[in-house]
Amino acid sequence: MEKLAWLVPALPLVAWAVLLLVGKRLPGGGAAVGILAVAVGWVISLAILFGVIGGADAYHVSREWAPIGASFDIPLGMIVDGLTAVMLVVVTTISLFVQIYSISYMRGDERYTFFFAMLSLFTAGMLIVVLADNLLLLLFGWEIMGICSYFLIGHYWEDVANARAAIKAFLTTRVGDLGFMAGIFVFAWAARSFEIERIIAGVHDGDIGAATATLGAALLFCGAIGKSGQFPLHTWLPDAMAGPTPVSALIHAATMVAAGVFLVARMYPVFETSGSVLDEIGILASITMLIAALLALVQDDIKRVLAYSTVSQLAYMMGALSVGGYSAGIFHLFTHAFFKALLFLAAGAIIHAVHSNNMSEMGGLARAMPVTFVTFLVGALALTGIAPLAGFWSKDEILTDAWNAGYAGAGEAATSQSVAQIVFVTGMVTAFLTALYVGRMLWLTFGAAYRGQGHPHEADAAMLFPLVALAVGAALAGFVGLGDNSIATWIQTEALPAHGPVTLNLGLIVATTVVALAGLALGTALYRRGLPEREYLERVPLVWKTLQRKFFLDDLYEQGIVRAVAGALAPATYWFDQRVIDGVVDGAGLGTRRLARGLRYVQSGQVQWYAAALFLGVVGLAVVVTQLIGS
Amino acid sequence: MPLMYPLVFAAFLFSIGVYGVLARRNAVMVLMSIELMLNAVNINLIAFNAYLRDQLATGQVFALFVIAVAAAEVGIGLAIVLLIFRNRETVNIDEVDLLRW
Amino acid sequence: MTGQEVAFLILAVIGGLAGLLVVTSRNVVHAALYLVVALASVAGVYLLLAAPFVAFVQVIIYVGAIVVLLLFGIMLTRAPVGRRVLDNTLRARVGAFVVGGGVFVMLTVFLAGAFGSERIATQAATSTAALGESMFRNFVLPFEAVSVLLLAALIGAIVLARRD
Repeated sequence: MEKLAWLVPALPLVAWAVLLLVGKRLPGGGAAVGILAVAVGWVISLAILFGVIGGADAYHVSREWAPIGASFDIPLGMIVDGLTAVMLVVVTTISLFVQIYSISYMRGDERYTFFFAMLSLFTAGMLIVVLADNLLLLLFGWEIMGICSYFLIGHYWEDVANARAAIKAFLTTRVGDLGFMAGIFVFAWAARSFEIERIIAGVHDGDIGAATATLGAALLFCGAIGKSGQFPLHTWLPDAMAGPTPVSALIHAATMVAAGVFLVARMYPVFETSGSVLDEIGILASITMLIAALLALVQDDIKRVLAYSTVSQLAYMMGALSVGGYSAGIFHLFTHAFFKALLFLAAGAIIHAVHSNNMSEMGGLARAMPVTFVTFLVGALALTGIAPLAGFWSKDEILTDAWNAGYAGAGEAATSQSVAQIVFVTGMVTAFLTALYVGRMLWLTFGAAYRGQGHPHEADAAMLFPLVALAVGAALAGFVGLGDNSIATWIQTEALPAHGPVTLNLGLIVATTVVALAGLALGTALYRRGLPEREYLERVPLVWKTLQRKFFLDDLYEQGIVRAVAGALAPATYWFDQRVIDGVVDGAGLGTRRLARGLRYVQSGQVQWYAAALFLGVVGLAVVVTQLIGS
Repeated sequence: MPLMYPLVFAAFLFSIGVYGVLARRNAVMVLMSIELMLNAVNINLIAFNAYLRDQLATGQVFALFVIAVAAAEVGIGLAIVLLIFRNRETVNIDEVDLLRW
Repeated sequence: MTGQEVAFLILAVIGGLAGLLVVTSRNVVHAALYLVVALASVAGVYLLLAAPFVAFVQVIIYVGAIVVLLLFGIMLTRAPVGRRVLDNTLRARVGAFVVGGGVFVMLTVFLAGAFGSERIATQAATSTAALGESMFRNFVLPFEAVSVLLLAALIGAIVLARRD
C-alpha cells in the first residue's frame, strides 16, 4: 500500500486540473470531483496508517529527476514512514470534511468551482510537503500552499480589505520563505544533496559541522516562523480570516500552518543537536503563545478568537519540539487539527446562520442551534484541555516534557534548562488564558440572550455531518497517545526512538486540570450574562490600547518596512524596469529603425553612385588584401 | 622597353575611363568611357603577353575575345539607351533612378 | 632610349590626351572623334608590342564598327550639346576625380611594386598563323562561347530595339 502513496497527492492534483478546465460544466459545479479525489486519498492514507500501526517499515523510493553537473542531482522521491502516515491521515481527513462542508457553505458563490479547484490544489501541495523525501520537493509543495492560501484568502476580493489580507499573508510568509530557502541551500551545499535522509545522516556522522547545522536549522526555522505564524511573523494569520470559513478551517487551522511544525519534526535529528536553535524556538514559542492568548481575549470577531487561538496552539507545538518532545508536538498537531477544524466549521455554521462574524451580535444560540452547540462545546473543551477529550492528552504530554526538561533534568534534547522552564511556565499561564477566552467565547456566542437582528436556525446536513464527525475525532483522538502502540511508536524512526507512551505525572495532571477549570470558571463568572457594557480590560486603558493595536506590531511593520519598500524601493524598481530594462528592449528596436532610415539613402537609384562605390571598394580591398597578405 | 610603360599607360586610360563613367551624364558618353576601360585592359593583356613571351599567345587571344565581347556589349547597351530614350525622351542617366528608396 | 620606346611614348601621349578629351569634351560628336584617336593610338601600341593581328582587329572593329555604332546612337538619341547638359554636378565630378585618381594611384603603386624593374624583350611579331593555331587548338571552347555570346547579343539587340 505504501507504493500507492504517490496517488494521494496525485489525485487532488488531477482534480485541480480537471476542475479548472471543465469544472464549470460538470453537474454540481464539479465539487464531486474534488471530494472523490480526496476520499480515495483518505482511504489510502488510512490503509497506510494501519500498516504503520501494524509495524510496517518505512518505505523510501526515489528517482533522479534533474541532474546538475556530474555529481549533483535533484531527486524526485517520497518517503512513507510513521510521521508521513500520521500527517497523511490528518490532511486527507480534514480536507475531505472541509470539502463536504463547503458544498453547503459555498452554495451560490460565483466562484464555486474555482474554490474547489484551489482546495484540491492546496491539498495536493500539503501532501507533497508531507511525502517529499528531499528539501527541494518539499519547498515545491510549500510554495504551492503559499499561493493557494493567497487565492483562497482573497476569495472575496471585491472587498479590497480582503485582497490586502491575502497579499499580507503571502508577503509575510514569503519573508520567512527567504530564510527557508537559504537554509535549504546551506544544507544542500554541506551535504552535497537535497535528500533529507542524507542531510540527517550527514549531521549524525559529523560530516556536517555543528556550526553549519545550527545555521541551516535556524534558517529553515525561519520558514516555519512564517508559515506557522510564530512571533514575529504571526501578524498575517488573524487577517487571513478574511477568507471563507472552510479555508480558515483547512488551511489556517489544521494543515498549512502545521507545515512549519511538520518541517521541524521531519528535520528533528538536525534540530536536536543544536541547543541554540532549540532555545530560539523555545523563546519564540513562549512569546507567541502568551501574546496570542492575550489578544484572543479582546476580540469581537469569533474567527479572530479562533485565529489567535491557533497561533497560540501552534506555539505549544513548537514549544514541545523545543524541549525535546518530538512525539508530543506531533501528537498535539494531530489532536489540534481535529478540534480546531471543528471549531472553525462550527463557527462557520454560526456565521452563516447569524450573517455576522461578531460575537456582539450573537448570544443565546444554544437553543437555536443545538447540534452546532454540542459539537462546538466538544471542540472548545478539547481546546481547553479537559479530560478525557483529545486536547487534554496532548497538552499534558507537552507540559510533562517541558517540566522534565526544565525542572526534572531529564530533557532529551540540547535545550537549556532555563528555556525549558520558561516554556513550562508560559505553557501553564497560557493554559489558563486559553480556558478564559474559550469560556468567554462560549458564553458570548451561546449563552444569555440573542443580541442580533436575524433569525438563526440550525445548519443543514452537509454542514452538520462534518461537524459531528470531527467532534467524534476531537473526543477520541487523544487515545492514540496511550498504550504501547501509541502515536509515539508510530512516528519513531532510527534517529528518533520513541521515549515510551505518555508518562502520567499525576501532579501535573492535577495542576493543569485545576488551571483549566479555573480559567473556565472565571470566564463563566465574567460573561455568564452576556456582553458587559464595557469590556473588563477596557478599564485599564494602557492594556486595552496595547491589545487592541496588537502590541503595535502591525503598526511597526507598516511604518517601518512597508512604507520604506512601497515608498522608495518599489517606485525605484518600477522606474528601473520601465526606463532602463524596457528602454534597452525598445531601444534596440528603435535604434534599428533609425539606422535603417539612415541607411536607405544608399539606395539612390543612381547607377553612377553604385559604380563609384564599386571602384572605391575595389581600391580599398586591394589595399587591405595586399597589406594583410604582405607585399 | 620597360614593362612599366604600357602598364602605366593602361592604368592611365583605365582611370580616365572610371572618371568618365562617373562624371558624364549622357548615357552614350558613359558607354564610350567603358570602351576606354576595356581598351586599357587589352593593353595590359598584350603587354604581359609580350613580356612573358607566351608560346600560346594567350594574351593576344584573350584580347581578341575582349574586343568581341566589347562589341556585343556596345550593341546591347545602345539598344537599351534607345529604349530609354523612346520612353523618357532623355538619355540622362541620373534621371533613370526608379530603383530607389 | 630605343626607337621602340620613343615611338611608344609618342603614341602614349597622343592616346592619353585623346582619352582626356573624350571625357571632358563639351560636344558629344567631338568626344566620339577623340575616341577614334585614342583607339587608333592603342592599335599603334599593339603593333609595338608584337601583336599586329590584334592591332588590325582593333582598328576594324573598334574604330570601324563600335565608334560608328556610338555615332548612330548619338544621332538617334538626339544628344544635346553643352557642359551643363553633358556633365554631372560639380560634386559628382569631384568625387569621380577622387575615385579615378585613387584607382590610378593604386594601380601604379602595386604594379610598380611588382614589375617595376622588368623589361619587355625585343621579339618578333606574332604571326597570324601562329595566333590562329593557338586559338583553334587551345582556346576553342572560349572561342565558341564568345560566338554564342555574340549571337545572343545580336538577337537581344534586335529584340530590344524593335519598334512594335
